[in-house]
Amino acid sequence: MKPVLVISDRDNVATALQALEPGRQLELGGGALAVRDAVPSGHKIALRAIHAGEAVVKYGSPIGLATMEIPAGAHVHTHNLASTRGRGDLDPAASAPEPRLAEPVDERNGR
Amino acid sequence: MSAMAADLSARPSFLGYRRPDGRIGTRNYVLVVPTVICASVVAERIAAAVPPLGAALPHLAGCGQLGPDMRVTHDTLAAYCAHPNVGAVLVVALGCEQVVAQMLAEAARRHGKPADIVAIQSEGGTIKATDKGIRIASGFAERLASDARERCDVSELVLSLKCGGSDYTSGLASNPTLGRVTDRLVDLGGTAVLGEIAEIMGAEHLLASRATRQNTATELIQIITRVETEARALGLDIRGTQPSPGNIRGGLTTIEEKSLGATHKGGERAPLEDVVGYSAPITRKGLTVMDTPGLDVESVTGMVGGGAQVVVFTTGLGTPTGNPIAPVIKVTGNARTGRQMADNIDLDVSGIMDDSETLAAAADRLFAAVLAVASGQQTSAERLGHREFAIHRRNPTI
Repeated sequence: MKPVLVISDRDNVATALQALEPGRQLELGGGALAVRDAVPSGHKIALRAIHAGEAVVKYGSPIGLATMEIPAGAHVHTHNLASTRGRGDLDPAASAPEPRLAEPVDERNGR
Repeated sequence: MSAMAADLSARPSFLGYRRPDGRIGTRNYVLVVPTVICASVVAERIAAAVPPLGAALPHLAGCGQLGPDMRVTHDTLAAYCAHPNVGAVLVVALGCEQVVAQMLAEAARRHGKPADIVAIQSEGGTIKATDKGIRIASGFAERLASDARERCDVSELVLSLKCGGSDYTSGLASNPTLGRVTDRLVDLGGTAVLGEIAEIMGAEHLLASRATRQNTATELIQIITRVETEARALGLDIRGTQPSPGNIRGGLTTIEEKSLGATHKGGERAPLEDVVGYSAPITRKGLTVMDTPGLDVESVTGMVGGGAQVVVFTTGLGTPTGNPIAPVIKVTGNARTGRQMADNIDLDVSGIMDDSETLAAAADRLFAAVLAVASGQQTSAERLGHREFAIHRRNPTI
C-alpha cells in the first residue's frame, strides 16, 4: 500500500494511508517529503509549506483556511486548519454581545 | 452462443412489483401507519402479528405541531402510504389527533392500493383496536401473498444515496464506488437522489455546474445558504456537529472536506435535474437533490418518502440503520470496519485502498448488488430487523 495518497494535482495536502512517524522520508511524484509530525492513518500531511490564512486544498478544492504557518511534512488537522462555512461564531451580526443593562445613573452629576 | 450474446447486450433489469400507478416496488409490505405517536404501540403490535409482510411506521409526531412541521409529518406519512414498496395500508388512528386518518388512507387508494382504518378511541381501546387491526392486516397479507414479481428495466429504479459514519475511506473508496453506480444508473435512464444539505456545503460548486436548468442551480445554492444562515442565526459554529467527533477522529477536519468526499456519491457526470423539499416526490430522471438534514435516519426517511425503492448507504466507521420499507445496502471502504462489523456490512470495497481491487470492479459489484437487492435479496439491515424511521422537524412541539 502506498504510504500517502495525493488526490488532485492542485492539492497541498495528502492523505496518509498508514501511520507516519516523524523523520520518515516519503518519495512522491514531485520529489521527497520529510515527515515532520506523527500523522495517524487517514489524516492529512502538508505537501508544502502553507501560510496562515492560505487555503488548504484537497480533492482539488479548498477545505478551509490554515490558522497558522504550516510547514511541509506537518500533520494538518483541527489544530491548524479551520472551516470557513456555517461559522455563526465568526459572524459579527449574529454574535453581538448580550444586551447590556443600563449604566447606573449617577444622580449627582446627572449622568 | 447467440442466446448468451443476446443476454449480454440486454439492458440491466430487476424483478419488481408493478403497481397500478405504474411505479415499481422492490418490496411488498402491508404498511401499518399510526397517525400520531399515541397510536404507535398499537400499530407496532399489529404489524408484528403479520410477519413477514407487516411493517409498522412508529413515529413521534402527529399532534402538537404547527404549520410547516404538521405538513411535513402528514406529507411524509402519506408518501409512505403511496410508496411502491407498499402493497396495502392500514392506518391506526387515536381519534383526536391532527393528522387525519382518512387522508392517509386516501393517499394509498389514489395509488390503487387497498387501505383501511382502525381508530383506538372508537374501537374501545388497545385490545379491541389491536384485534381488529390484526384481522384487517392479515386479510391484506393474504391478498399480497399472491402478487408476483416481474422483470423491470433498470431505469425504473430510484436510488437513494447516503453516507454516514464517514471516515477518510468514504471519500476515497466507498463514495467514488457509489458515484460510478450513480453515473451508470443515470446513463441508463434511472434516477438517484442525494440529501444531506449540510454535507454538500463546500462542494455545491461541483453540483451546481451540472444543473440542467438555471433555477435548479439557484435553488441548490439557496437551500445551502439557508442551512448556513440558520447556523449563523443561532450564533453557533456548525463545527459543533459537522464533522462529527467520529469523523474528526477518522481524519476529516472540516465540513468542506467531508462534503467534497460525500458529494462523490452523486457521480461525476450525472446531470442535476431537480431540487425538491423533504419527502417530496422525485419526478425527474437523473440526479435530484433533496432538502434533508444530515442526521442519517431523518435523511433516509425523507429520500424513501420521495420514492426511492433502494438505498445505498456508505460508511467508514460502520452504522446499522435501515428503513421500514426500503432495503438499505451498507458499503464500506474500511477493511477493519468490514471485519469488525461484518453483520452490518453488505459490501466491502476496501480493496480500493490497497490497490487489490479497481474502482471499476468495485462499482460492478455494487451495481449487481443493487439489482439483486431490488429483486428481493435481503440486506444486512433487513435480516437484523433495522427499521429506523424519523420524520424531520424544525420547530418546537407546542
